[in-house]
Formats: sequence, C-alpha cells, structure tokens
Amino acid sequence: MSPTRVPVVDGWFSSEGGEFRLLGTCCRGCGAVYFPREDVFCRAPGCAGTELTEMPLSRRGRVWSYTDGRYRPPAPFPSGPEGEWRPYTLIAVELAAERMVVLGQGAPGVTVADLAVGMEVEVVPGVLGEEGGRTLTTWHWRPVAEEAS
Amino acid sequence: MTGEVAVLGAGMHPWGKWGRSFVEYGTKAARAALADAGLQWSAIQSVVGANTVRCGYPGQVSGATFARALGWQGARVTSVYAACASGARAIDTARAQILSGMADTVLVVGSDAAPKGFFAPAGGERPDDPDWLRFRVLGATNPAYFALWARRRMAMYGDTAEDFARVKVKNAAAGAANPYARYRSPVTAEEVAASPVVADPLRLLDICATSDGAAALVLGSMETARRLGMRRPVRIRAVSSVSPSHPRTALDLPDIATDSAPPGSPASDPFRPSIARAAYEEAGLGPEDLSLAEVYDLSTALELEWYEDLGLCGPGEGAKLLREGATALGGRIPVNPSGGLASFGEAVPAQAIAQVCELTQQLRGQAGERQVAGASAGITVNQGLFGHGSSVVAVR
Ligand SMILES: [Zn+2]
Repeated sequence: MSPTRVPVVDGWFSSEGGEFRLLGTCCRGCGAVYFPREDVFCRAPGCAGTELTEMPLSRRGRVWSYTDGRYRPPAPFPSGPEGEWRPYTLIAVELAAERMVVLGQGAPGVTVADLAVGMEVEVVPGVLGEEGGRTLTTWHWRPVAEEAS
Repeated sequence: MTGEVAVLGAGMHPWGKWGRSFVEYGTKAARAALADAGLQWSAIQSVVGANTVRCGYPGQVSGATFARALGWQGARVTSVYAACASGARAIDTARAQILSGMADTVLVVGSDAAPKGFFAPAGGERPDDPDWLRFRVLGATNPAYFALWARRRMAMYGDTAEDFARVKVKNAAAGAANPYARYRSPVTAEEVAASPVVADPLRLLDICATSDGAAALVLGSMETARRLGMRRPVRIRAVSSVSPSHPRTALDLPDIATDSAPPGSPASDPFRPSIARAAYEEAGLGPEDLSLAEVYDLSTALELEWYEDLGLCGPGEGAKLLREGATALGGRIPVNPSGGLASFGEAVPAQAIAQVCELTQQLRGQAGERQVAGASAGITVNQGLFGHGSSVVAVR
C-alpha cells in the first residue's frame, strides 16, 4: 500500500484543472496579493479590506537568488533524524506580475551549479519528505528548459 | 532631537560556551555595570531585561529574573522581546523612562545561554507561526537567508567569496584583542576557504556561531551623571526603532515570500537603510561624523550590506570599502572593532547591548589594543525578526 499523500500545508498549492499552481489571496479592496495566503485581513496599511479571494500565482518567474542546505535543518523540517542527509537547494523566485519574491526548494537533482540569478524557473509539484507513514507534498522550482525559438 | 541620556556604567560577561544559566551570566554583567557606574544596586530605580526564549517563564520575564537574582529592592521592572533587537529595545525602553522623568537610574541587562547548532523554533505543531513554517516547509535556516543575500551580492555587484572571507579576517584580528570575545585567534583567508560550506556560497567561518554571553548598561539622566561627578559621560543621543514600510519587498528572515507591490506602485522605502537614517536624523549627525560602527555581522556578506545601509559607501561599494582597509582597525571608519559577532557569536538578547558596551569603551578611550584613536561618535545597527530595526548613536 502506498503512503497517503498530504500537502505539507493546506491551501497553499493545488493541481486543480490539471495545472499545478501556488495559491495566494488577493484583496478585493486594494488588489494586494498575499502568499502565504492571508484570509482574514488585508495587511496594506491604508486598507480595511476583509474580503480576500483565492488567486493562483504566476507559474513562472526568474531566480532572484539561490543557495543550498548542506546540513540537516532542525525540526519541524520533516527529514527524520536517521539516514543519510541529502542537501536541498533553495531558490528565491521573482514573480513579475505579482512583484513579489517566493522561496521554494529546487526540484530533485537541481543543484546550485545549475542555477544563475535571472534564470527562468517554473513551479512544479514535489515531495518534501515522509513523515508518520505519510508523504508530504510541496512545491518545487525547476529551471525552464530552453525552448527553440 | 529628543534629548540625551548618560551611560553611567557598562559591563559584560565573557562570551563562550560555558554551560551555565543565563541568569548567572546576566547577573554578573549587571554587577560589573553597577561597579563601573560606582552605584549600589539599591540606587537603581528601574530594571529592563531583554528576554531570551525559554519554553518556561524565566527567560521571558528577564527583568524580574535579574531583579530577583540581584535581590528584590522594589525597582520598576520591564521585560522586552524583539529577537535580535531585544537588547536595543531594552535600551530604548530605559531611555524613554529616563527622558520622561519616570526613572533617573535604569539597569539594562541582556543574557543568553544559546542552544547548539542552528537556531530552531519552539516545538509543537504551530502552522500559524511564520518562523515555524519556514523550517517546516522549506528547512530554511538562518544561514540559508544569509546565503541568499550573499549570492545576490555576487550576482549584482561582483562580490567574491574572497571578499566575504576578508570580513572574517578583519573581525577576527580585532576580536583577538578583546578579552570578552569568545574567539580570540586570528583567522586567515585560507582557513575561511577551507571551512565547510554551510549554505552556498557561505562557509562555516562566514557565519557567526551561537554563544553564551551577557551585557549590561546602567543608564541615567544627564543630571544624574552630573550629580555622580561624571564630567564627560558617554551619551546616547539616538535610539532608532523603526519597522518596515508596506509593501516590504526585501526577502528577510523568516519570510517565505515578500509582500507584493501593487501594479504600477513605486517601490517602497527599503527597510535596512531606514533604520540608520532614523538614527542619524535623531542624533543630528551623519555617516561622515562617525568614528566607528558596530554592525550585526551574522554573516560576513551581511557586514558589507550594512556598510551601504549605514551610508558609509554607496550601494554595491561595500567590498571596495573593505578592500581599501577603511573598515579595519586603523582605517578611516573601523567597523566592528569589538571583533563583531564573528568573534563573539550570537547571544541574542545580549548582543545589541554588547554593541553599546563597545561604543562606551571606545568613546571613553578604554578599548586598549583595539582603541579607535580619538573616537567621538559611534553607531550600532541591528535587526530583529519580524520587523524590528534598531540603531543606537553614542557620542562623547
Ligand atoms: Zn487591501
């Protein structure tokens, strides 16, 4: 039996309609966009908005910066204390339309050697780790393959 | 300008990994500051403690914890928490009490016994806590954020790993002359390059350690200083205490994402430079008037960022200023003559107070081998999680 797949956090991403997207919220009053989602109050200082609607974020953006983690992070990161530690890549991505930077882990196999500031990346579904017999799902950033023009 | 307060006394506990209680470190630092001021504990009217994180109560009511340890004597008690800026917030609170006439003599104490390894959030399942979430979802440690900024500098300004190593070499050389520093040996660029990568491009010796340590100040009104016969006390002329402006577009601890900037809106005022600017405005001086600066070198690369945010040079010119030797002891504007966090490590609630202890020693001409000649004005700057910006200007 394969383990149950559950998102590491509810409501932050979805594959509805077949396309994987990060989910933010948008204030109906002032148009401010939030990720992680803000569902109760708009945080813009001049806005009293309380109606925030779910909004998928841009699928693609450009690398703002990147790094990796060569040592095991502490809990609550679901790495488990046992077994070999495999470094992960961390990528900060600038989304042009939202004018925001969103962090995420790199897709499996993507190392810092594959990255450069300004490079185009896209969001893809990924697995964060196993925990208590469950597979925790997440989002990953992956470089966009060069397309022939 | 809102008025000055006098530094009546300063004291520290040496930093290291001592395996003892934060109460012991803080009490020793407090007693040292009282002795330096020539004041009895009973003469203190108010105690402000910078909180350390403990899952029980004592660390989170540090003002009362230190007051109890020194002996209950009826003083006003306050405890403050602002992560890395806790010490500066404690100084700010003490100053407000003095300037408002609530107290003439205030003891400020910050102390910590740090855990080993990466700083981690408290336990439990707490998905409403952004600090918990960044560890949970991304495994994004503090060094990961320092590394994102370091890599960004390399891409934007052409900084190199050698530039970052130079910061460590400089600060280790200064720290070797500081009896309160944890690390008191010179470090070479080769040693930095040979240390393991923690978060690319930063290596172990680019990142400050966690330490035990404590620092304390006795602050008072200028009138009190006169009454105590202090003719030229070190004076705190400004304490900047600003938060960011929305939308905050710099990715910082513990963010998973920045705020978004609405379409067509101008970029908001960047946070870090606004911290120093508020201090300069309040103090009525500028970067050209400084003799020295103490900045949070949580990473070597971050120190270069602070040069620019303090206005010691233009954006992107930090590495050049460093290479010229301007920020070393003997240079035009020494930065971290104490040795910085590179030499001390982090004892979170103590470090912003320790920065002011260093300014005090320097402005009194008591810094020994690391003395900045003719020091007359100094600035500290730091930043705590969740939008706490802080900067202190002291003069003599
Ligand atoms: Zn709004």
